[in-house]
Amino acid sequence: MSQTETGLLGDAFADIRGTLEKHYLATTFSWQDVAQRYRRSRVGAFWLTINMGVLISALGLLFGTLFRAPLQEFLPYICVSLIFWGFISTSINEGCSAFVGAIGIILQVRMPLFTHVLRTLYRNAIILGHNILIYPLVLLALGRMPTWHIILVLPGFVILSLNLLWIMLILGILCARYRDMTQVMQNLLQVLMYLTPIMWMPQTLPEGLSRLLLDFNPFYHLISVVRDPLLGQLPSATSWIACIVFAVIGWTAALFIFGRYRQRVPYWL
Amino acid sequence: MTSIELTDVSVEFPVFNAASRSLKNKMLSVATGGAIDRRGDGLVIVRGLEDVSFSLKEGDRVGIIGHNGSGKTTLLRVLSGIYQPTSGSAVIRGECVSLINISLGIDPEATGRENIRLRAAMMGIRPEKLREQFDEIAEFTGLGDFLDMPFRTYSSGMQLRLAFSTSTAIRPEILVMDEWLSTGDENFRHKADKRLREIVDTTKILVLASHSRELLRNNCNRILWMERGRVLMDGSADEVLPAYFG
Repeated sequence: MSQTETGLLGDAFADIRGTLEKHYLATTFSWQDVAQRYRRSRVGAFWLTINMGVLISALGLLFGTLFRAPLQEFLPYICVSLIFWGFISTSINEGCSAFVGAIGIILQVRMPLFTHVLRTLYRNAIILGHNILIYPLVLLALGRMPTWHIILVLPGFVILSLNLLWIMLILGILCARYRDMTQVMQNLLQVLMYLTPIMWMPQTLPEGLSRLLLDFNPFYHLISVVRDPLLGQLPSATSWIACIVFAVIGWTAALFIFGRYRQRVPYWL
Repeated sequence: MTSIELTDVSVEFPVFNAASRSLKNKMLSVATGGAIDRRGDGLVIVRGLEDVSFSLKEGDRVGIIGHNGSGKTTLLRVLSGIYQPTSGSAVIRGECVSLINISLGIDPEATGRENIRLRAAMMGIRPEKLREQFDEIAEFTGLGDFLDMPFRTYSSGMQLRLAFSTSTAIRPEILVMDEWLSTGDENFRHKADKRLREIVDTTKILVLASHSRELLRNNCNRILWMERGRVLMDGSADEVLPAYFG
């Protein structure tokens, strides 16, 4: 990373390039984060999976009955929804403390700052890898088979992660400066969970409301691109386009903000 | 070419929760520490460094002295590239490594071997490089079978051995230290001193903050005396040390 590089964007790019060059830092630390959960516990990170499994069974039965939805359809739906929403909301929540939580490292070791954001995302991706194991079990229990659409979950996951990264980057900076933002975000995510079709299915909405809660809700599109393939559907082109537009706009904003405030972050800690 | 060039470097910290003016006044009357100021918009700022200019070239062995709060740590952080100056410029050419907190990154629950990996990553040693060096590091710790035990089961001397062995496995171009690292029992200290001496001798630029006259005289050919965020005196060890220590 050269310090002679000038310009705000150059600064942001240099940091992100440095992060990718020193990729081993993010991987080492994120695996370490997960490994910590395994020490002195045989079950380790699978505790989260067990919790998730219990939540899915309980909510699946409750809401399935409430909405009078057939279990065959509703259980896989809520399973994938809750697992990916868990990934999205925990990533964003922990993204708020990506820099604040790494205060010890940031003030002692010179390291590209984006490393801490990437580490947070990786950690949550590894936990997602644990949780997703519930899904085949649900399918097996219901005697259903996945369809070829399932391969589309991979590009969906990539675009979802790209979007999460810029959100986490902006929030990480914002929360380093204004510590209260973390609470605000927690609250916001809670509300978003109910506004986004996670525990309810999009088709249960009345006609007029659906445009507002679905089309204009970026989180609906973000979750659709990973959820639909797993449920054997093709994600809509609208969702994919929305995710790409969201990523382009978001990253542009994030790069400007990061370029502008990257050097200030250590001072705020 | 390794070099460090500081031109009119100032570092100002915003203090977001020091709102009251009386607090500011109280702090101003304290003898140590940087200057405290209030900007036009009411934000309280602490000036950690003020108009610091100097340049270091290969072969420089710089000692930094000064009372508590004189800006030593802040200066070390600027030299390590952690703080970018709020005004002025700091151009650092060369890979810089600091041996300030050698236990950073260690997980007490993990085994010795895992901790060597964690600590090495923190020092910026790439995994490929570590594979070559791993056995040498493991041997240097002298911990033997204990390397497979959790770090928390180690005595404090053993913990230091592991942190030291891993942290000193690199040969940086610029080395930043806060006091000399002294470690372990008589036996290990001898080995450790030799190793540290090796690093200090091979590094192109050494920056050493210390309160020990002896240490500074033996290792440094130039001393910077910091006071209230400014460089009060900059010269050879024979010049500055007697002036500071009296």
